[in-house]
Amino acid sequence: MSTATQRHWVRLLLVTAGMFGFGFASAPLYNKLCYAMGLNGRIENKAAESAAIAVDTSRQVTVEFVTTVNGGRPWEFKPDQAQTQLHPGEYRTVSFFLRNTQDQAITAQAVPNIAPPEAAQYLHKTECFCFKQQAFASGEGRHMPVVFTVDPNLPKDIDHITLAYTFFDVTKVAQAAN
Amino acid sequence: MAHAHDDHAHGGHGHDDHAHGPDKGIMRWIKTTNHKDLGTLYLFFAFIMFFIGGLMSLVIRAELFHPGLQFVDPEFFNQMTTLHALVMIFGGLMPAFTGLANWMVPMMIGCSDLALPRVNNWGFWLLPFAFTMLLSTMFMPGGGPAGGWTLYPPLSLQTANAFPFLIFSIHLMGISSITGAINVVVTILNMRTPGMTLLKMPLFAWTWLITGYLLIAVMPVLAGAVTMLLTDKYFGTSFFSAAGGGDPVLFQHVFWFFGHPEVYILILPAFGIVSTIIPTFARKQLFGYDSMVYATAGIAFLSFIVWAHHMFTVGMPLAGELFFMFATMLIAVPTGVKVFNWVATMWRGSMTFETPMLFAVGFVFLFTIGGFSGVMLAMTPVDFQYHDTYFVVAHFHYVLVPGAVFSVIAAIYYWIPKWTGRMYNEFWGKTHFWLSTIFINLTFFPQHFAGLAGMQRRVPDYALQFTDFNVISSIGAFGFFVSQFIFIFNVLASCYGWFGRQRNAPDRVWEGARGLEWTVPSPAPYHTFEDPPELPAHEVTGVHDH
Repeated sequence: MSTATQRHWVRLLLVTAGMFGFGFASAPLYNKLCYAMGLNGRIENKAAESAAIAVDTSRQVTVEFVTTVNGGRPWEFKPDQAQTQLHPGEYRTVSFFLRNTQDQAITAQAVPNIAPPEAAQYLHKTECFCFKQQAFASGEGRHMPVVFTVDPNLPKDIDHITLAYTFFDVTKVAQAAN
Repeated sequence: MAHAHDDHAHGGHGHDDHAHGPDKGIMRWIKTTNHKDLGTLYLFFAFIMFFIGGLMSLVIRAELFHPGLQFVDPEFFNQMTTLHALVMIFGGLMPAFTGLANWMVPMMIGCSDLALPRVNNWGFWLLPFAFTMLLSTMFMPGGGPAGGWTLYPPLSLQTANAFPFLIFSIHLMGISSITGAINVVVTILNMRTPGMTLLKMPLFAWTWLITGYLLIAVMPVLAGAVTMLLTDKYFGTSFFSAAGGGDPVLFQHVFWFFGHPEVYILILPAFGIVSTIIPTFARKQLFGYDSMVYATAGIAFLSFIVWAHHMFTVGMPLAGELFFMFATMLIAVPTGVKVFNWVATMWRGSMTFETPMLFAVGFVFLFTIGGFSGVMLAMTPVDFQYHDTYFVVAHFHYVLVPGAVFSVIAAIYYWIPKWTGRMYNEFWGKTHFWLSTIFINLTFFPQHFAGLAGMQRRVPDYALQFTDFNVISSIGAFGFFVSQFIFIFNVLASCYGWFGRQRNAPDRVWEGARGLEWTVPSPAPYHTFEDPPELPAHEVTGVHDH
């Protein structure tokens, strides 16, 4: 085999390894991109800085709440209010209720999603039950608060935002971590 | 093919000191590093997989013959759709094209073998293990994978014991096709006979070179994606699990970043075959050789930036949908260049319609139908209606069956006299063509209508109003399957000399054929071109327009 041939196939093998790595690198890249641009209605699941923002009293935004339980778990999960109206910049506290109707303790994680996706980066939460895992004893039910505001920079054509929470059962993962 | 070159092993070439024939018996096939032997193995393997995948499609079509559930339960039906796709793509078409590359690329560019013969052997022998593993999942508790060949999580993560077997079989298939691709690329770029510049290369070598690069670029990405699925299921990672901060839509992006170039992996070699056959039987040079090369490269480039058109309905930003729509439609330009070039090659040619030419012309016509429905699917607003319907099924089967599969059949008819020294039977070849063409259109054309009317894919039952379309479709599928036995017998008869077929094919089997492969005897000796051959001007297929 000539050295040119040898060099060539080694190079192609390196490309193969690189593309295998690219497959994995796509995960953090994708998440960064989604968080930065609010793609797919996703936002980074952490608290926003709580700061006083000039309230834009010239308009009102309706924020609606949707709840889902993933994987057919028989939990009771509902928002305590179907919707709320607020001026951009105003802070609002709402709450959600989850009851564990199973006969064993569970650990659950809520994942938020925002529609329309363009609004994702303008909804800031300073407090949310979704920031960490929630443990529930068997039969336990709890009202959990969310404090949020809507950025006054929200595009003018958006007057409705849907904030959706899905609760996932992470009991096994939580047990493994402890 | 099997016994074709045994007794020619020592003849036909001036290197008796070095030339040695193949081993005897089964060890010849296990240990072989000969590109012709491995090409034969790849093609036989592909035949077997086409047969198994075909049986699976018949289960699907039998179930869909009538509305309601009659033969199989829905879980098994879903296993059939999933495995049919995996077997046909990774077991049928890709090995068939690798087999053709094994046989023809060294003979077309004038070298003695592929650059890495032992890797070639390894690459082939991974495949039987990969597919034994994949097919064994059907007999496991919980059954085989049934979440569709695209393996979207979270559904695919619900696969039972079959899951790790599925993932590792995909890894093996990936390694096999990457080794094949590296081999072909290195061979083409380093081992061409003196005088054969890149732009004098036969177009089959060109399309395979570009296919090889596509494979090297995207098969590892698929391997990464399925590995992430594996760790999500068994090792607590959450690449695609929203509960842990991941996103299932990411899998769709990564999968189709592999998946869209993959569809060109399945069609570019077909373009090369058709570009070889049409000039032979039109007795003209290929029209627009350079534009064919550039169009192939253009399609390959565009294939990397259109993946999200498979997932317009996931909720992308408008800008994304527009970008992927326009980029996708752009592919129609280089593809159109190719189709017009084939038509222009035939224009005022002295055409004859031997079986390979029939299949090549059938390819041009029927592939173009699949291309048109592709342009329809590229339009984002209407894709919301077409998404996951039988219209999509009709579209990709038109480009894959009367597209890619017809090209493989055409290639085998075209080169089998060169491989075995025995001509196939022209009457049965033509019969095979007409039956295949009629039945394949019966199978897939009505699916356009069923899909537009709202029939969903991957469901074992359907609403009553789709019955007539499905009855026609099922009749076509069974007819197509049965017709392929004509082909198998025709090919095996040439391989083994059945029906008194004589080994009397001339070196240049087709009077209009050009290229180095026609300068060696028929059947091709076990070793060819151990010294780089001269490249006479009249054997150059890459002719430039002036």
